[in-house]
Amino acid sequence: MLRALVAGVLVSIACSIVGTFVVLRGLAFIGDALAHGILPGVAVALLLGLPGIVGAAVGALVMIGGVSLVTQRSRLSSDSAIGLLFVGMLALGVVIVSRSSSFSGDLVRILFGEILGVGVEDLLVQAAAVVFVGLVAWVFARPFLLLCFDAEQAEVAGFPARRYHALMLLLVATTVIVSFQTVGTLLVFGMLLAPASAGALIAHRIGAMMTWASLLGAISAYLGLLLSYYLNFAAGASIVLVATILFFLVFLVVNARGRAVPRREAVE
Amino acid sequence: MNGPVAWRTRHRHAAGRGPVPGAGRPISIEARGLAVGYESRPVVEGIDLVVRARTSLALVGTNGSGKSTLLRTLVGLLPALGGELSVLGSPPKGAPARIAYLGQFHAAGFVLPLRAIDVVRMGRFPNLGLLRRMSSADHELVAEAMRAMGVDALAGEPLRSLSGGQQQRVYLAQVLARRADLVVLDEPTAGLDAGGRERYLRAFAAELERGATLVTATHDIAEAVEYDQVLLLARRVVALGPGREVLTADRLLDTFGIVLHDPHLEHAGRLVVAERAHGHPQIVDTDPRAP
Repeated sequence: MLRALVAGVLVSIACSIVGTFVVLRGLAFIGDALAHGILPGVAVALLLGLPGIVGAAVGALVMIGGVSLVTQRSRLSSDSAIGLLFVGMLALGVVIVSRSSSFSGDLVRILFGEILGVGVEDLLVQAAAVVFVGLVAWVFARPFLLLCFDAEQAEVAGFPARRYHALMLLLVATTVIVSFQTVGTLLVFGMLLAPASAGALIAHRIGAMMTWASLLGAISAYLGLLLSYYLNFAAGASIVLVATILFFLVFLVVNARGRAVPRREAVE
Repeated sequence: MNGPVAWRTRHRHAAGRGPVPGAGRPISIEARGLAVGYESRPVVEGIDLVVRARTSLALVGTNGSGKSTLLRTLVGLLPALGGELSVLGSPPKGAPARIAYLGQFHAAGFVLPLRAIDVVRMGRFPNLGLLRRMSSADHELVAEAMRAMGVDALAGEPLRSLSGGQQQRVYLAQVLARRADLVVLDEPTAGLDAGGRERYLRAFAAELERGATLVTATHDIAEAVEYDQVLLLARRVVALGPGREVLTADRLLDTFGIVLHDPHLEHAGRLVVAERAHGHPQIVDTDPRAP
């Protein structure tokens, strides 16, 4: 149980840092696609007896590569390219898993995670991922900020937009890969989106947004595990459910207060 | 806040009797037979242009005439499709810390949790690189830029709580904070109120005095008249030269399609240009015969 909580908090922190960029830069759809696109990779890895994380990494690479290829070499928008690869990879994943003997068990495990079965090694990998993600976000805070503000401004300021966009996707992929064991491929996206979105509503600075998101994410992990323990709910799903409910609570509170606060008018 | 604003540099008449204003000063932009456009489809071709340090260039033309395309090519957001282009002595994009650009559209605004001062601080990023901390000089430049645009009192306000005009002032303050050698602005006065316009005119006239080169796309012909050079565009180069010589009724007719001669207004020394490029007429006030 303690291990599950540590795992949940680690996932929350990584997801909050990366989710902040996902929300601000409008990467939600590709984040979602990545989370699901790793399914066939994980499935193949499990069939071959390899660690799921290796398969997940390969799946994410195929996903990003495929989306870039289709977007650049055709007139399709990235939405369509992402959607196409997303369902394709998901279907492939289910097809592969359906060949395995313990079909439903494996599939449920991959889709929804098994936070209660997280081992010490998994925790170490997750902690390393948090450090990596945090370090990259800190070092490249300025280009990331410019990119979220205006990709053209980043480009003119000498920070190539394409390069830093790719780096951001790498962070999303890293987070999804190390988090899927905890909350599952289907739900990791919720942890990427819900706390960061709530943070965006509260905070007036990006650092504050990440802090709020981490806090809300950690609370979700704690409450979700409690729910799961006492009411026998699925753990991963409970965490994401709490995170989503927290988002709507924040949304309601901010909206109610926003009405009361007058806008600041002209300066002169 | 009254009196004319010195758009042209003071030494223009002493130094620049030749074809190019500011002769003798270093060249900021040099284009020879430049073609600009999108995805290998040219919008304007055959642009020959020399803009020297401490001088200003206005691009005037309808929507879709190639103004923004040329600006975006100058700052390296679009590749030149033909001809030669040198910006601050190197190919475009060669000196990011020396160039400031403000485009026409800002996607940012409502999601980004940023305060006004954070946006202005971004103006210092190219000089700071990834990790160098802002020095007291950087902080002073940021504060100065916010004062110049009259947004210093809004420094701690979230960007999303500001009105469109206030946001535009903040973006212009970001440009000022960069202390660039080349300042490229795409319709910077859009959304500004009278006070904001006044501050903009003063602040960027001061940039020019400081030694910067100023290139601006504008619909405001009365403002364009004050520039050292005006480039009239209509998907081709209609004319290039000092504002007062280039902005004639005939050339404006050529650029915008329709010029209304209103005897009443002409009596007052004004000319009205109606632009109907995209179906919605736009009245531009001009005063080409003013002293």
